Amino acid sequence: MLRLEKRPSPSRTWAWATPVLAVVLTMIAGGIMFAALGKDPVEAIRTIFWDPLFNPQFASYSRPQLLVKAGPLILIAVGLSLGFRAGIWNIGAEGQYIMGAIFAAGVGLALYPVETRWVFPLMVVAGIFGGWLWAMIPAVLKTRFNTNEILVSLLLVYVAQNILASMSLGLLRNPEGGGFPGSRNLSQIPAMANPELIAGTGMHWGVVAAFVVVIAAYVLLQRHILGYHIKLAGQAPRAARFAGVNPTRLTVLCMGISGALAGMAGMFEVTGPAGQISIDFNTGYGFTAIIVAFLGRLNPIGILLAGLLMALTYIGGELASFMLSLPSAAIQAFQGMLLFFLLAVDLLTNYRIRLKKREIA
Amino acid sequence: MQRRTILKGGAALGFATMMGGKLAMAQVLEKVKAGFIYVGPIGDGGWTFQHHQGALAVQEQFGDKVEIVWQENVPEGADAERALTQMALSGCNIIFTTSFGYMDPTNAVAAKFPDVKFEHATGYKRDSANVSTYNARFYEGRAVQGHIAGKMTKSNKIGYIGSFPIPEVIMGINSYYLHAKKVNPAVELSVVWAFTWFDPAKEADAAKALIDQGVDVIASHTDSTAPLAEAAKTGGKVIGFGQASDMSEYKPSPRVSSIIDNWAPYYIKRVGALLDGTYAQVDVWEGIAGGEVLIGEITDAVPADVKAEAEAMRDAIGAGTYHPFTGPINKQDGSVWLADGAVAPDGDLLGMNFYVEGIVGDIPS
Repeated sequence: MLRLEKRPSPSRTWAWATPVLAVVLTMIAGGIMFAALGKDPVEAIRTIFWDPLFNPQFASYSRPQLLVKAGPLILIAVGLSLGFRAGIWNIGAEGQYIMGAIFAAGVGLALYPVETRWVFPLMVVAGIFGGWLWAMIPAVLKTRFNTNEILVSLLLVYVAQNILASMSLGLLRNPEGGGFPGSRNLSQIPAMANPELIAGTGMHWGVVAAFVVVIAAYVLLQRHILGYHIKLAGQAPRAARFAGVNPTRLTVLCMGISGALAGMAGMFEVTGPAGQISIDFNTGYGFTAIIVAFLGRLNPIGILLAGLLMALTYIGGELASFMLSLPSAAIQAFQGMLLFFLLAVDLLTNYRIRLKKREIA
Repeated sequence: MQRRTILKGGAALGFATMMGGKLAMAQVLEKVKAGFIYVGPIGDGGWTFQHHQGALAVQEQFGDKVEIVWQENVPEGADAERALTQMALSGCNIIFTTSFGYMDPTNAVAAKFPDVKFEHATGYKRDSANVSTYNARFYEGRAVQGHIAGKMTKSNKIGYIGSFPIPEVIMGINSYYLHAKKVNPAVELSVVWAFTWFDPAKEADAAKALIDQGVDVIASHTDSTAPLAEAAKTGGKVIGFGQASDMSEYKPSPRVSSIIDNWAPYYIKRVGALLDGTYAQVDVWEGIAGGEVLIGEITDAVPADVKAEAEAMRDAIGAGTYHPFTGPINKQDGSVWLADGAVAPDGDLLGMNFYVEGIVGDIPS
């Protein structure tokens, strides 16, 4: 009979092996699902994981797109991981992402048609501020009134979505758009655009920011006292209090950083790939980033890799969906499996499986 | 005014590029790979389902001379541009983008792939010679629905579930209201905006809100069958219409009739033109006359005389003897839009951003 036995300390080997194992299991289970749908499973898996990188027809286009898609995921996930490590659960990054985009676009469009190079940095600051502000609501409510930050941050996503719809139809609507919802196309206004920095690479300011943030978070966690406090608060809350960690300050800081980074991601997206504020501007980066954070083991370098992998399943999933006529729901199920298997095999980090004979009572 | 001049300018430019492009483009293709980009799932039972039926009809018509590929649930934004680019890279010769929100991505990608033909449904931008636009005069079907609604309502309250406040939807609302009002001067119209094309939960909420207000005839401009499912729960008190697809599973009531989008003839024509080398840029807006808009069977839940009147209106529109927007029609603010006997110019309809006189409430802005 199988029995679970708690490890004295989490296994380092398994901590790194579980994401790989989860990917392999996802491929197997996904392959079975694709076969059940009457598609060649090997071809489907190859289309998702191989073609975006190496297909001679697509790869030159898909590879840069990986960065475009991974950039916001990494940026948001790194921010979330700091809070998650400290046991502070910001589930509302999607809302903070939206508010960052709205604040940035609002500042930019208020200045329109001013054409100086200071507009863009100003918009970055506004985006960061918007995301931070939206994250401060659950943070302050938690520290002041002890509300649950999971619920408050999540529900604020829906508030943000309604503000987004109202902005697209009202305040930020393109006055030259013939009555159609949506703002001016920011990516076509030179002072506000976030273009590809080197043509054909997909590299825009948001991707650069994502790389910088990964390094900064790594240094913070390894070298800085705040990083130490974050880790301590998550692992041993009581010990952290004795060590002089102020939980209120930590909550405000972690929520603030994750909100600011999500807002920044929204800013780079609205001025770059998305181009404008529109009713369905948000496509779920804030929620997917939660998967990315865990897939990357809440470690900045891990998140970098996880973000790229997640982007691969998106781009590859799109390819598979039209090349093999796979229903889009099958692709979503495939991505869902990844988190499912990850959480399932994560058990192996803290427990080991022992074979044991049933003892007679 | 400004917008109309832009449209005119665009049309002139489009015509010029068409003439220039025609000579270069007249080539015969042995085999055509046709791509379709859908905003919802092919199983939505409405808008996307009908486009997919059109795609399947193309396959049926041309057999192995055509390969069709499609991608469903493509968001209207940055992701659409990638989906389009990947389709073009995969060797599609022609790509149909089947939702209004794909307008900018379609034109952006078309500029990068001059050899691939792009066909955008319900849009008005044709920035390069390889972009055509096509649409259907759904407001003609709305007139028939309005007539039935005006006759059938007992509470004198009729409802409309709007998707987005764009001209396409506003002209549907106006047509529906005008024809209900014509046969029932006491009728009042409530509009609920769902701000989505496809979201069964939101569509159901919108239908519930209308029913709570006492509305007993609901027309919808969204893609799913959810509003009819809500109407079905009222035990026959509330009726509605199939939207985009026949939605015949709700016959004979609550679904008393429907507007069916019939894209197959257009898709077959365009892919066929690529195969025989007669393809040229177009801007098509057909209605009941061209067979793009079909009126689904009017069921026995509607009295025979009302049914006969509705069918007569359908035939008159089809024959070109009646235009649903014929003056006198005033705007909501009381100013004159169309003088007695005047017929709405297409430019006015395509840029429509006002309610007609009698509708209460504002268009969200």
